[in-house]
Amino acid sequence: MNAAATGYNFAFLDEGTKKMIRRALLKAVAIPGYQVPFAAREMPFAFGWGTGGVQVTASVIGAGDVLKVIDQGADDTTNAVNIRRFFARMTGVRTTERTRQASIVQTRHRIPETPLAEGQILVYQVPMPEPLFRLEPRRQQTIALHALADYGLMNVRLYEDIAQLGAIARTYDYPVRVNGRYLMSPSPIPKFDNPKMDMNPALQLFGAGREKRLYAVPPYTRVESLDFEDHPFQVQRWSQACAWCGARDSFLDELIVDDAGGRLFVCSDSEYCGERRAAGRRGPAPTAARHDPLASVKGPP
Amino acid sequence: MYVAAKGGEAAIEQSWRLLAAERRGDPALAELSVAQIRSQLRLAVDRVMSEGALYDPELAALAVKQASGDLVEAIFLLRAYRTTLPRFGNSLPLDSAGMRLARRISATFKDVPGGQVLGPTPDYTQRLLDFALLADGAPPPPQASEPLPAPVPRIETLLAQEGLIEPPPAGDLEPADLTREPLLFPACRPARLQALARGDEGWLLALGYSTQRGYGNAHPFVGEIRRGWVAVQFIADELGLAIELGEIEIVECSLVSQFAGNDRTPPQFTTGYGLAFGGAERKSIAMALVDRALRAAELGEPVSAPAQDEEFVLAHADSLDASGFVQHLKLPHYVDFQSELELLRRLRAAQAAGAGAARADGQEAA
Repeated sequence: MNAAATGYNFAFLDEGTKKMIRRALLKAVAIPGYQVPFAAREMPFAFGWGTGGVQVTASVIGAGDVLKVIDQGADDTTNAVNIRRFFARMTGVRTTERTRQASIVQTRHRIPETPLAEGQILVYQVPMPEPLFRLEPRRQQTIALHALADYGLMNVRLYEDIAQLGAIARTYDYPVRVNGRYLMSPSPIPKFDNPKMDMNPALQLFGAGREKRLYAVPPYTRVESLDFEDHPFQVQRWSQACAWCGARDSFLDELIVDDAGGRLFVCSDSEYCGERRAAGRRGPAPTAARHDPLASVKGPP
Repeated sequence: MYVAAKGGEAAIEQSWRLLAAERRGDPALAELSVAQIRSQLRLAVDRVMSEGALYDPELAALAVKQASGDLVEAIFLLRAYRTTLPRFGNSLPLDSAGMRLARRISATFKDVPGGQVLGPTPDYTQRLLDFALLADGAPPPPQASEPLPAPVPRIETLLAQEGLIEPPPAGDLEPADLTREPLLFPACRPARLQALARGDEGWLLALGYSTQRGYGNAHPFVGEIRRGWVAVQFIADELGLAIELGEIEIVECSLVSQFAGNDRTPPQFTTGYGLAFGGAERKSIAMALVDRALRAAELGEPVSAPAQDEEFVLAHADSLDASGFVQHLKLPHYVDFQSELELLRRLRAAQAAGAGAARADGQEAA
């Protein structure tokens, strides 16, 4: 990778701002799940496009880090490409698509299928950090509810789903309780990924730039998805396997493959799918080779 | 035929080139220069400087050019640059009474010390399309006018002599700075005013308008609008005295509205305040309306209308926040949508099974 672009500080933000953000992150780590306000800066990305995650990554990244960026689980979605390029330009650090090689993984809407290890940092881009915002839009109110650990609103909401639909109708951004205390938004990851947050050996940092909040889940912290004794939390399951790699344990995206509405189910995690195929695994789709989701970023061999 | 909806670096780079070509337009026409924009699209530049929170006409004009005239995008560009600049400290409060005036009107008094000065305004142009501008005709120059007197006292000061208007807030408050501290609620008035000054003109215009139509109890008068040049002064620690950094052009609006009074305060006029760079006069009036509406709680008035709701008004005022989050809907949401699809199919299957079972039960009974 080329050296960092000149004319800007390492990782774009000035050192004073990074220090301010790292202080807020320390507080967030000390109080798992608690939302710490911070003065988010305008970034050269639009608010709502990952500015919180970008500011967190910019504040913790060093010259020796190796960065992976994913959006919807994939390394090659345009927004992930854009953010990865930004850090490559602004820091000169090595980037990777391999979860195991990365020291920092910035993500939007997924947790990698490959398990994280101690020493790794997972940075989430968060649109709405307040888990109660659909129930109580006023910050002044929700701050009090968190202080009192008064989460009745959310429990009633989930109960009403069961009463009306027979099941909890939250499929992503499914609320969790961290370390037995704070109700927290896991960001809009599918609830499929929620169990990966629990007792994860990696440090999980959450940045909401537009809403100007940071929060964190330290390594090996309890993260429970809300549920009821008679309606235990369950994750999505597919009747299909990945059409390309045959995985039955990963989150599958649905592709509409022809004008007649034909469907194909494939791994949303492009690295996981690619690794399995590299190891010779194949799914039921005969055309799998022509649809390599990593082809566009791999470039010529 | 399936087309991969995933794009890589090549697609992004091509989108940059297409955007640049679209911005340039017809290459047979002369390219618009930043100097032309700065000089001839002044009100666009002024709005971008105001909401971009950076007084730099050249960079604002560059942003307007780069954004192909999309002012909200230009404001974003300027803010993203501004955020990289060091912050030296607070300037001294501007002395707008000492303004070198270009325009000054009051709607509350027919004549005022210093006089009414219309200045450059589109208010009385009759809004007829001027087809002469289609050709390249130079307009007739304005008549030479006498230089305006300075300093001209502010109307508020005159009202205050009779005790009819609330006293100005204590001047020693440390100014808030939302670029260094997040906006928390309830906010102090300096933070509120800063958020309004950076706020989107359209949002403030609509909210201000709503207070005039009964959503909030506003009976305001324009005490004064003044536009002109004021000196910015800064105390440099090394020198220990105030030095003048230069002049900026501002427009200031002071609205006067009634206040019924309470046990502690006799009935008096209260003010709403608006300030913007250059000639962004509409913005300054809208800001003053909203500032006054947001003082409802402080003045013991009922808080019932959207424009009086501090968190609602300020949390949605910033065009960078709003534009970014609204447009983030363009980003892929495959994973969340997939989760919803799966749920919807499961719920429909469960309902169909339930309905089928219910029908079967009914048939058995019959």
